[in-house]
Amino acid sequence: MSTSIAARPRPAAARTGPIAWARANLFNTWWSTALTLALGYLILRGAWAFLDWGVIHAIWQVPQGPKGPNTDICRAAAGTGACWAVIGEKYRFILFGFYPYAQQWRPAIVIALFIALYCISANRRFWRKELALIWIAAMVLIGILMWGGVFGLTLVTESQWGGLPITLILATFALALAFPLAVLVALGRRSTRLPAVKLLCVMYVELIRGVPLITLLFMASVMFPLFMPNGFDVDKLLRAQVAITLFAGAYLAEVVRAGLQSLPKGQAEAADALGLSYWKKTLLVVLPQALRLVIPPLVNTFIGFFKDTSLVLIIGIFDLLKSGITAVAEPAWQGFGNEVYIVLALIYFAFCFAMSRYSRGLERELDRARRR
Amino acid sequence: MSDTQPAILLDKVNKWYGAMHVLRDVSLSVGQKERVVVCGPSGSGKSTMIRCINRLEVHQEGRIVVDGTELTDDLRALDTIRREVGMVFQSFNLFPHLTILENCTLAPIWVRKMPKAEAEALAMEYLARVKIPEQAKKYPGQLSGGQQQRVAIARALCMKPKIMLFDEPTSALDPEMIKEVLDTMIGLAETGMTMVCVTHEMGFARQVADRVIFMDRGEVVEQGPPTQMFESPQTDRLKLFLGQILRGH
Amino acid sequence: MRLSWSDPRLRNLVWQILIIGAVVLAGWYLAHNTNRNLEQRHIATGFGFLGQAASIPIGESLLSYTPSVSTYGRALLIGVLNTLKVAVAGVVLATVLGTLVGIARLSPNWLLSRIAAIYVETVRDIPVLLQLFFWYGLLQTLPPPRAAFHPLPGVFLSNRGVKLPTIAWHAAHFWALVAFLAGCVLVWLIGRAADRRQAATGRRPRTWPTTLAALLGLPILVWLGLGAPLHVDMPALHGFNFQGGISITPEYAALLTGLVVYTATYIAEIVRSGIQAVAAGQWEAAGALGLPRGLVLRRIVLPQALRVIVPPMTSQYLNLVKNSSLAIAIGYQDIVSIADTTLNQTGQSIEGIAIIMAVYLTFSLSISLFMNWYNAHIALVER
Repeated sequence: MSTSIAARPRPAAARTGPIAWARANLFNTWWSTALTLALGYLILRGAWAFLDWGVIHAIWQVPQGPKGPNTDICRAAAGTGACWAVIGEKYRFILFGFYPYAQQWRPAIVIALFIALYCISANRRFWRKELALIWIAAMVLIGILMWGGVFGLTLVTESQWGGLPITLILATFALALAFPLAVLVALGRRSTRLPAVKLLCVMYVELIRGVPLITLLFMASVMFPLFMPNGFDVDKLLRAQVAITLFAGAYLAEVVRAGLQSLPKGQAEAADALGLSYWKKTLLVVLPQALRLVIPPLVNTFIGFFKDTSLVLIIGIFDLLKSGITAVAEPAWQGFGNEVYIVLALIYFAFCFAMSRYSRGLERELDRARRR
Repeated sequence: MSDTQPAILLDKVNKWYGAMHVLRDVSLSVGQKERVVVCGPSGSGKSTMIRCINRLEVHQEGRIVVDGTELTDDLRALDTIRREVGMVFQSFNLFPHLTILENCTLAPIWVRKMPKAEAEALAMEYLARVKIPEQAKKYPGQLSGGQQQRVAIARALCMKPKIMLFDEPTSALDPEMIKEVLDTMIGLAETGMTMVCVTHEMGFARQVADRVIFMDRGEVVEQGPPTQMFESPQTDRLKLFLGQILRGH
Repeated sequence: MRLSWSDPRLRNLVWQILIIGAVVLAGWYLAHNTNRNLEQRHIATGFGFLGQAASIPIGESLLSYTPSVSTYGRALLIGVLNTLKVAVAGVVLATVLGTLVGIARLSPNWLLSRIAAIYVETVRDIPVLLQLFFWYGLLQTLPPPRAAFHPLPGVFLSNRGVKLPTIAWHAAHFWALVAFLAGCVLVWLIGRAADRRQAATGRRPRTWPTTLAALLGLPILVWLGLGAPLHVDMPALHGFNFQGGISITPEYAALLTGLVVYTATYIAEIVRSGIQAVAAGQWEAAGALGLPRGLVLRRIVLPQALRVIVPPMTSQYLNLVKNSSLAIAIGYQDIVSIADTTLNQTGQSIEGIAIIMAVYLTFSLSISLFMNWYNAHIALVER
């Protein structure tokens, strides 16, 4: 019995291949077959309807009349064909809002800067202390580009800002400013020796998480002026930024706290045994490990308030969504909201999907590293 | 059913995972009240084989007959076989949300249609036999690994199976707990239960097994009584395996 | 005891006094500014406005309301009820849709699981506010009432909303409802009796015929006994609008659809991971004991999956309730919208926002209290 039986391929009926695959995954039972056929039919119908509306009968350009674009052919095609001309005509307004037309290269660079900043932060090679410097430098640069007033750039006040840069600024600055706050609050909430501080942190986190973002935005827009001494006025955008930052801080604090909790107790004990003080222990041993663990949920939280920045339109700030809506408020383009909504959805989706893909990949990687 | 009919019969069983051929013409006959130990290196197909016996895995070629019933797609045949065959897993698989007693009575009540009081009396009897009657009201999470595995054995026994399958029952245990589980299994073997046991515990095999099966790369390479297998292995593969096992201990 | 700076207790005390002191000081400063501002602008304080007549026009309301006659208090109460109306329906529908999609993602049918995955991945990456605008815009493109879609008798879809037939209320319906509730109690008793019977004899008596009779037969008998009154109120077009039946406003429909479609994507993921969290070994062990599949699902898998599912599910419910505040953007009059109008009319923004916060904190607190109770109730006993 020393000769072994050679491996042989599976018999033909069960062999792998597209047909066997379809048999196993699409037509394995009569119920599954019926489902596949019904869904397949619906998908083909839906895809065809969209293709018909979005491509075949779509209008890509409209002629220019004496009083601006003439949208009659779009009106004639309403319901049967999409009017993509609205995007071609209005994309700069959607992206940049009321920013002076001639200066719109500045917010365009700002968008590129944000994307570059995300890419750099996503790369694990740059996960060092210098990353904080890169962020500070990027933010200063973004501020200079948006405001101007120095280096020969014309001054553009916040009331003229709009579109995608607003969305990116609100979300990213909220993350950058809320993060240190969140770390402090998370540490405070876990502290056992400072009960009053702990209570304060718990109240902050639970109060903010218990109410919708909109209440904070209302507070920023109507209550803030009452809080300030007479004559002291802060721009609406900055007030919204503060509200979103406070909001983000509470959610991020919970994320950081979860990271602190998941760290084995032995780490803090080992640091204690080495005689490190509380702050040395926290800064040198606990935080570097905990923060690494929380990056995936941190990205997910960021996706959450990236989407939530759209709420600022309720207090009258011109973010991406608001400028999209305003673009089709003009009489000539009224009724083509869906085309604009699709494009806006694509922009939001592109950002959020890329980030969620990244966080999932990272999570898997960290998981594997931990198991090893 | 006569006593001469094998309890388990595998006839040229083949199985593939995708393109990987994991069971190659495995033929095996286990007699009534026979105790068989299956050993072999990891990935040799021994767990797959034992899981095919109560159809936790489906084989693609060949026949498997358990207690006179052939395993097919027929669900009624499957129900019959699963009633008659008890199984103990490497990872215990106790139901964490049920007490020890409820773990043991669930199947007798719902499958054997036993009155509750009777099922509980039976469960207590088997828990006493595995020496943990005092834990009946606790939950699995409160027990040690060895205790959990003994509960798992009692749970399987409560169905009064004719055949017991053990899939590496001691591999997930700390060394000091292995003995208590093995002692339980030895006690069970002494009652004359038909047993198929995948394990690396050679001491257990020597003491209990009527026959040892050595599997490697999806096939049965060598089989025989434990003394012959361990003292005069015929094939190089078994010699190599025994060498590795003994060095490991 | 000697006081020394190296005593950690003293140090902690000093730090806490400093931090709390700073917070109190900041709070006092803000309060001081606010008081001065309010005085200068001649804005009233306190909740006296709740008793004043409100001139807010309210489109849909569960209570009777007359603008300029009813009070602000009543208007705000209507707002709370409108929030609850969309929240309760939203939670139920999102749970149903999310559970179905979550199970579909685990389907062995590749096409079904792919479609479910694509739905989840795309919809949750688009801001819910944008989705609300989309649904509201879609409902606005429906034809006017005169040319309304009429897919089923008595059902009309138009840009004024959805019209559905209703059954005219009659005392017999009330008693039939009472009979149904009695039937539910009866079913529970039948189940208890079956449990006892099974415990004693091992055989479980067949309960579905009696269950069916108690749930359906009893109410129908009561209704028939009281003369079987049935008058369906069909909506019909009169002039430019519909009369009769009940209507769902486009605002409510858009808000509900948007919230359900968005929240269901999160619930689907929770359901999927909950089911996947139950180890494969549990299915195998139950199968090896000969337990039938339905019983394994009911007694082994679901109780374990629910432990994983319920905590994140409640936070999704909370999110749905909080997101319902976006109603203001499409003109549905929930608590935020009505409180916003109130604070604009009275100028009392602090009180207005305090009311909104109190309402939502009440919701949040009750949901998290329930969650804590439930978690404590089902927690696995570990050593």
